[in-house]
Amino acid sequence: MSVLEILAEYLSRSMVRNALIVGTLISLCSSLLGTTIVLKRLSFIGDGLSHVAFGALCIAMVMSLSDKMILVLPVTILVAMILMGSNEKKMIKGDAAIAMLSVGALALGYLLLNVFPNKRSGNVSGDVCSTLFGSTSILTLSKTDVILCGILSCVVVLFFVVFYHRIYSITFDEGFASATGIRCGLYKMLLSIIIAVVIVLSMQLVGSLLISALIVFPVLSAGRVFRSFISVVTASGIIGVFCAVTGIVASILFSTPIGATVVCVNILVFAVCFLFGKVFGRH
Amino acid sequence: MAQIKGTNVSVGYEKRIVAGNINFEVNEGDYLYVIGENGSGKSTLMKCILGLEKTVSGSITFGDSLKQKEIGYLPQQSMIQRDFPTTVGEIVLSGCLNRLGWRPFFGKKEKEAAIEAMKKLEILDLEKRSYPELSGGQQQRVLLARALCATGKLLLLDEPAAGLDPYVQEQLYALIYKINKEDKITIIMVSHDIEAAKKYATHILHIGKEKSVFCTKREFIKENGACLF
Ligand SMILES: Nc1ncnc2c1ncn2[C@@H]1O[C@H](COP(=O)(O)OP(=O)(O)OP(=O)(O)O)[C@@H](O)[C@H]1O
Ligand SMILES: [Mg+2]
Repeated sequence: MSVLEILAEYLSRSMVRNALIVGTLISLCSSLLGTTIVLKRLSFIGDGLSHVAFGALCIAMVMSLSDKMILVLPVTILVAMILMGSNEKKMIKGDAAIAMLSVGALALGYLLLNVFPNKRSGNVSGDVCSTLFGSTSILTLSKTDVILCGILSCVVVLFFVVFYHRIYSITFDEGFASATGIRCGLYKMLLSIIIAVVIVLSMQLVGSLLISALIVFPVLSAGRVFRSFISVVTASGIIGVFCAVTGIVASILFSTPIGATVVCVNILVFAVCFLFGKVFGRH
Repeated sequence: MAQIKGTNVSVGYEKRIVAGNINFEVNEGDYLYVIGENGSGKSTLMKCILGLEKTVSGSITFGDSLKQKEIGYLPQQSMIQRDFPTTVGEIVLSGCLNRLGWRPFFGKKEKEAAIEAMKKLEILDLEKRSYPELSGGQQQRVLLARALCATGKLLLLDEPAAGLDPYVQEQLYALIYKINKEDKITIIMVSHDIEAAKKYATHILHIGKEKSVFCTKREFIKENGACLF
């Protein structure tokens, strides 16, 4: 069988199609929001949040909640709002506090899983590994999962488009924006909710340790090549989607872990963009 | 009624007063220089006028149908990052954001205002250039154009010429003066350049540790600065 035939055979299965749809949507969201997160120097918040989401997920597992999102989403949103709400000056000092929070959540989650192992699977390291690095669970998505993910992604993208100019202004120069009457506090709150949603969504795809890669890589790659904000945002979205599709397809063909494969494609693209930027200069 | 009137204003942080008893009055078309030593509270006063900080006591009132949203601002240090990928055009246009209201996107009017502002500051040819690659003086003009987009009435400039060479400094001053004269835009400018103040200002506000003095330029020159101390 040729590669194409194998691919066609896989694509005829609905679970593979679902994985592709969800993966693409998630990557699109995280790469769009990534522009703000990275350019506003908030990458460490994204990282911290993903660990908090992991901790919350562990608690949800221990409590044997059937729908874990009920716990994970509110907790992550709450922490996101607290982190984004504190002002810039405090935030730099808060760097260490966030590091504390994120390793704390990681340790607590792992501890809980060990003390109260899941009765159904009884496999602690398997559980941990799949929440940290993403599981094959993306291949076992139910129809409702796909629909929910689709709706949330649409909301995120719509939010980004409608508030594009406000997001730009707050990202570029928050001081000026609030001085001229833009309600930065409100938009930052909305933004932190959206970031939390995206992080919880991407946890399904790549697991909590690798989320940052989806957020950080596309915008950094785009920034190597493009010079205006609008083109960086557009390119970042395109790169994110491209990497997700390529990564998921590759992981199916070579039966590698989805999350790690997608991240590796992102690294490759970054390398290419980096070289491109070096060769063709900055003008 | 005055455009902005400060009565017995004290500014500071967390109840610690940095500068107290400041009285001043700015009318339409005025050019106010705010001078004073490092750390005397000039930038803090600017932030109070903008509503970014609260005054400790006293009041700052707006007249002449000026709204706080309509003030253009050039911060002393902005948190702008060196490697932010953005073009001059994008930055200047973002100054029009406070006119959008509930609309999500800019219309023709805002785009024209941005072009107009860039023309005034003679940076229209830089429109597509990347901001981080510009020189300090060019960057300052871009931020000034953005501030101009945000207002048709009042510009607050916090040391706009800091770090520029004397020639570019003079150019910038002349531009600001032109904006003041031709567009009747009130200017409040923080500066350490007393010579320029003597040349361009209509009023001078000196923020001092013991007392702050507000006077017209004529009084200031007549007493050779003695009225301040
Ligand atoms: N965010 C802040 N929190 C607490 N104190 C502050 C803060 N910002 C400034 N200060 C203090 O307030 C005082 C006045 O600061 P301000 O920036 O207004 O001075 P300035 O007159 O603008 O000085 P410069 O000429 O150096 O710009 C200084 O003593 C400074 O240490
Ligand atoms: Mg200052």
